[in-house]
Amino acid sequence: MNIIVCIKQILDPEMPPVKFKIDAQAKKVIAPEGIPLVISPFDEQAVEAALRIKDAQEAKVTAITMGGQSAKDAVKHVLAMGVDEGIVLSDEAFNGSDSFSTAYVLSQAIQKAGEYDLILCGRQAADWDAGQVGSIVAEELGIPVVTLARKVDATGGTVRVERVIPDGHEVVEAPLPAVVTVSSELGQARLPTGRGIVMAARKSIPVWSAQDIGCDVSRVGAGAARSEVVALTLPIHERKGEIVSGETGAQAAVNLALKLRENRII
Amino acid sequence: MSERQGVLVLAEAQEAQVAPVTTELLGLGRRLAHELSSALSALLIGSGVGGISQDVIALGADTVYVADRPELGTFNSDAYTAVATKVCREAAPSVVLMGHTSIGRDIAPRVAARLGASLSTDCVDLRVDQDTGRLLQTRPVHGGNALATIASRVHPQMATMRPRSAAPAEPDPSRNGRIIPVDTSVLDIQARVVETVREEAEGLKLEEARVVVSGGAGIDGAQGFDLIRQLASVLGGAVGATRLPCEQGWVSPSFQIGQTGKIVTPDLYIAVAVSGAPQHMAGCMGSGYIVAINNDPEAHIFKLADFGIVADYREALPALIRKCQELVSS
Ligand SMILES: Cc1cc2nc3c(=O)[nH]c(=O)nc-3n(C[C@H](O)[C@H](O)[C@H](O)COP(=O)(O)OP(=O)(O)OC[C@H]3O[C@@H](n4cnc5c(N)ncnc54)[C@H](O)[C@@H]3O)c2cc1C
Repeated sequence: MNIIVCIKQILDPEMPPVKFKIDAQAKKVIAPEGIPLVISPFDEQAVEAALRIKDAQEAKVTAITMGGQSAKDAVKHVLAMGVDEGIVLSDEAFNGSDSFSTAYVLSQAIQKAGEYDLILCGRQAADWDAGQVGSIVAEELGIPVVTLARKVDATGGTVRVERVIPDGHEVVEAPLPAVVTVSSELGQARLPTGRGIVMAARKSIPVWSAQDIGCDVSRVGAGAARSEVVALTLPIHERKGEIVSGETGAQAAVNLALKLRENRII
Repeated sequence: MSERQGVLVLAEAQEAQVAPVTTELLGLGRRLAHELSSALSALLIGSGVGGISQDVIALGADTVYVADRPELGTFNSDAYTAVATKVCREAAPSVVLMGHTSIGRDIAPRVAARLGASLSTDCVDLRVDQDTGRLLQTRPVHGGNALATIASRVHPQMATMRPRSAAPAEPDPSRNGRIIPVDTSVLDIQARVVETVREEAEGLKLEEARVVVSGGAGIDGAQGFDLIRQLASVLGGAVGATRLPCEQGWVSPSFQIGQTGKIVTPDLYIAVAVSGAPQHMAGCMGSGYIVAINNDPEAHIFKLADFGIVADYREALPALIRKCQELVSS
């Protein structure tokens, strides 16, 4: 079974909120110093889903990422987790790509990479949180997609997915090849092993350009984007944050109850 | 581009009624249609849903497209995508709205890909730019650390709307509208739902509760949640949680509140041992009052709350439960 996982390197989504800064003029987020980039957590879990399948049967897992210089670090990390091959897609022409262009680039690369049975993506990238790329890759390739997986099993030409719904889950079956997007309910991704790190260091990671994957450049980059950011702002918090005090924690709690009563909240 | 006109809303049915998120979309859609001097239509997909098309009209739709067929009774991504794409091609709206629900977030990217549309997901505000007539789509990004406002360069302009971020439409039973059946002969089903497993939540539904008490990672395991449950019960509320207690199995995953969990807007939200990460606050920001109980005076949540106490929850909650009991029964 050939499994492709699409991953994205992003700013740490769980950095302390006080460290988060923007340049409102440029409509850009300012990367904070000293906080390393991470793989979007849902993408890491998509890698985990692929490796769980590989634990149980013969499978080859290939990770693909579109990004700049540092994207190789993301690929190294998943190689050390147990992924077999990694590919970086990098080209000036890709800069400013929206979800549609990104999905187009990924699907071009997937086709060039060879045979594929299952394509796994995170449910959304934890930076722009759009949650579109996986589904659009499926549309580009003309294959089915199942979103929000908490469990993925693939055998005998079929993928069986437990899809998270608000009050439980549903079991969805789709013929392969198919795309599945993975949600956090899948569980923790494994850590790289010492042996994995050594193996990963030895692997070469090819970098493919727009031309290498036969991209129609009119479909990628900022010029092809179907929408534009017209403003980027920080949210305004209007609550007053009054600390209710007391001699002890218990006394503060009693004072809090009285405060809530006084304000007719309870 | 200019030939496209009007606003189309994907209507969702829930237990044979118009889903709350659809009522919100119709209220919002009506306002946008007015600002664009155009009409509001809705697409209703399901089995035996014809009965609620009148309700959708009462809530503001001028036209309701109804795709009614047994296979559409439960959500199927391929079939719903096919139907929505077909109706969008025929009705040619300039704006298409869906809820950011398990249905809308699933099919919106697929429909947008097929239509060549733009798409902004999980929007919290939509407005029409008075100068250009373009739809301004505001959505949280970076987990809620920032808000981006987006404008489309193509039509239709599609958006999914975060539940509970627009005021619901008021029904007017005297309204008239057209009902148009949709040809559902081509559904292109490839992926099938073979089983649905519902995990019944105990007690009150989170989204309907007027008080929600949430526990975070600072709670001591499943047992620690007993105090959370007791406080919720005294206040007639429901229990919620941040992601970690759900991941650890202290509470059911359906208790998760936040960007990737449930969105709640109770009158009172009490966050216990919760640090105030934006991805969590995304799910409770619209609450009437927010109260924080945390033993770290520097915790970010105190900046996002109306009232707070700096205390160990193990000490504070028993006293709070007793005092609230006394106050609510007096
Ligand atoms: C893409 C993405 C999506 C996410 N979606 C969600 C989501 O939907 N919902 C969600 O909740 N999270 C979500 N998260 C996780 C989120 O970023 C935070 O990690 C999480 O909300 C933190 O939970 P917490 O506040 O319970 O834990 P922590 O941040 O660990 O905070 C625990 C708090 O408890 C306090 N505490 C400890 N002991 C005590 C005590 N004895 N008494 C009183 N206080 C105490 C501490 O001071 C601390 O402030 C998401 C993350 C990502 C990256």
